[in-house]
Amino acid sequence: MPKMGDGMTEGKVLRWMKQPGDPVAQGEVIVEIETDKVNVDLEAEWDGVVAQLLVPAGEVAAVGVPIALIARPGEEIERLPAPTPAEPVATGAAAPAAATAEPKAPSSESAGGVRASPLARKMAAQRGIPLTAIHGTGPEGRITKEDVEAALAPGTAATEIPLTRMRQTIARRMTLSKQQAPHFYVSVSVAVDDALALRRQLNDGKSEAEKISINDLIVKAAALALVRFPNLNAAFADGVVRRLPDVNISIAVALPEGLIVPTLYHCDRKPVWQIAAEARELVERARLGRLRPDDLTGGTFTLSNLGMFEVDVFAAIINPPQAAILAVGAAKPQAVVREGSLAVATVMQATLSADHRVTDGVEAARFLGEVRRLLENPVGLVIERPAV
Amino acid sequence: MAIVSYREAIRSTLIEEMDRDLTIVLLGEEIGLYQGTFRVTADLLARYGPGRVIDTPTSETGFVGAAIGMAMLGLRPVVEMMTWNFSLVALDQIVNNAAKIRYFSGGQVDIPLVIRGPNGAGVQLSAQHSQSLEAIYAHIPGLHVVTPATPAEAKGLLRTAIRGNDPVIFLENAALYGSKGEVPEGEFVVPFGAADVARSGSDVTIVAYSRMLAAALEAAEYLAGEGVEAEVINLRTLRPLDRGTLVASVKRTHRAVVVQEQWRPFGTAAEIAATIAEGAFDALDAPVERVTGADVPMPYARNLELLALPNAEDIVRAVARTLYREIKTPSERSSGGQSDG
Repeated sequence: MPKMGDGMTEGKVLRWMKQPGDPVAQGEVIVEIETDKVNVDLEAEWDGVVAQLLVPAGEVAAVGVPIALIARPGEEIERLPAPTPAEPVATGAAAPAAATAEPKAPSSESAGGVRASPLARKMAAQRGIPLTAIHGTGPEGRITKEDVEAALAPGTAATEIPLTRMRQTIARRMTLSKQQAPHFYVSVSVAVDDALALRRQLNDGKSEAEKISINDLIVKAAALALVRFPNLNAAFADGVVRRLPDVNISIAVALPEGLIVPTLYHCDRKPVWQIAAEARELVERARLGRLRPDDLTGGTFTLSNLGMFEVDVFAAIINPPQAAILAVGAAKPQAVVREGSLAVATVMQATLSADHRVTDGVEAARFLGEVRRLLENPVGLVIERPAV
Repeated sequence: MAIVSYREAIRSTLIEEMDRDLTIVLLGEEIGLYQGTFRVTADLLARYGPGRVIDTPTSETGFVGAAIGMAMLGLRPVVEMMTWNFSLVALDQIVNNAAKIRYFSGGQVDIPLVIRGPNGAGVQLSAQHSQSLEAIYAHIPGLHVVTPATPAEAKGLLRTAIRGNDPVIFLENAALYGSKGEVPEGEFVVPFGAADVARSGSDVTIVAYSRMLAAALEAAEYLAGEGVEAEVINLRTLRPLDRGTLVASVKRTHRAVVVQEQWRPFGTAAEIAATIAEGAFDALDAPVERVTGADVPMPYARNLELLALPNAEDIVRAVARTLYREIKTPSERSSGGQSDG
């Protein structure tokens, strides 16, 4: 089971396209894998013959566990026992340490201490209700058949919605981040009148498909600021801050089933029009569920924007193992004081959530100051990469 | 169908079988001249003569041993125990000989022996003569243990017992001898190992046998008025035990109450409860309840004797526990809702 995303610890085999005995060519799709966030067609890495499928369709395998054997044509292969499904294993040195440091999700089966009749236990298990969610009315709180039926009856109990794989991933990673990364928050107000004016000029005469959004400018500003503050373009894991060579901005995209953060690579080096084009395409693919594994890996910093929902200020949870996340609200006309007089400016609030293990308030403030400077003097966003 | 008494059902079966098969002989204390303590053998000495209806000395070891010898040599003896309490004297013959000779002979020698008589409490017969000994015999491989609850069962099971080739412990009940019921005509038999669903229900399974069947049915009738549909299973034979019927019933009702006249520890009800736990564990919504006799030597005083024996009230209370419900018992109803504890 290959690792196809930073947070990926296991994958589900959806469909085998090849069966034992089938010849495969390098690059040919052999299996469809469901990861936490996307479905991926996995290609054969060698020419050969499928010798054995180790994980049946519908089952989950941990990253690093063999899922199939491909033999050279004519080669006899010693059969391997099928791996134990869904048991996460140590993923080796190549895996980000953050993945192995994650605590195991608390098991919903940990209801051994709950009193329940054997029948009630069986009924609850069949219907996927944790015993801990059922009120027992029998002696000493024993859960009986009647109690399970009451829990199932519509209108008398809260609706239990099992988490989708995506929500499970969000729950696991956000809990990990909030529990392990000591967050602190720094906010600034940014006057974006000049940035909006620049955007108008850049978009003048362009088709809808070519237009640049304010968010694209913020991506560019954040990327350039990260070049100056490389400590925030980092991953924290196992007590080490790993400063990352590339500036890859993850952008938060809301989907009906939850949040996903695909990556825009090398934002410091790409012109704004290219960022805009790539972001548009990335969001489109995210909505269609067609993200590729590398769309979901490699991010070094995240930008989350709720401006389109008229939000003024919000604070985001850091996307581990990254060091910081920038949350921006809506740009709104506001009364400001300039040189002792009232004026009207279009102001946007930006809040940085940073990992205190990696950085401190002063660095966060300076970084935010640089983001503001770039957005308030936006010509720097569209000229050649400035000297550092 | 004729209405006959439990006593007459047994007596008429003995006559029919003795007429049919000349190898059948009766042995026992006071069965001939005195015509039987409970008059089950009334008139049989006159009918068959002293060669086939043998009054024995008061020596259970002796006449059970003699009957085993007869059985080994081709006769079909039917021994009357005046009460099963006296069989304790003959336990060695029953357990070590009757139950084991076929095994020891490598299958060459059968023991077509029936030992019959009243088991359980009577009316003020005191501690030595009121015992329910079925679990002692049901424990032993090589024996069949039969517990008819009605005249029809007494007839059908006795015929199966006499015609079979194995030693059968045939447990009657003194309190049932006068009870009456319909008995099918003709060569009617009841097989061993087939329990009877005496009443169908969906809410709880009450398991009973012998005299306790009446208490279970009385409780079920009362419970129906309280909105509880109890299924009543009459075991008919304890060995072989019809485990399938028990388990299937509890899988439907999710609750079981087992009734026995015996003392509670190591009794029939414990075996049934274990059978249910083994076969229907996931179906149980409550612990299996046991309704049993008091764990004491039977008192002579009538009021204490009644308290020491299980009754329909006790069964109703146990059913209520398995349903996690308050159900007033018949006496609580009649005394205006006051609990008698």
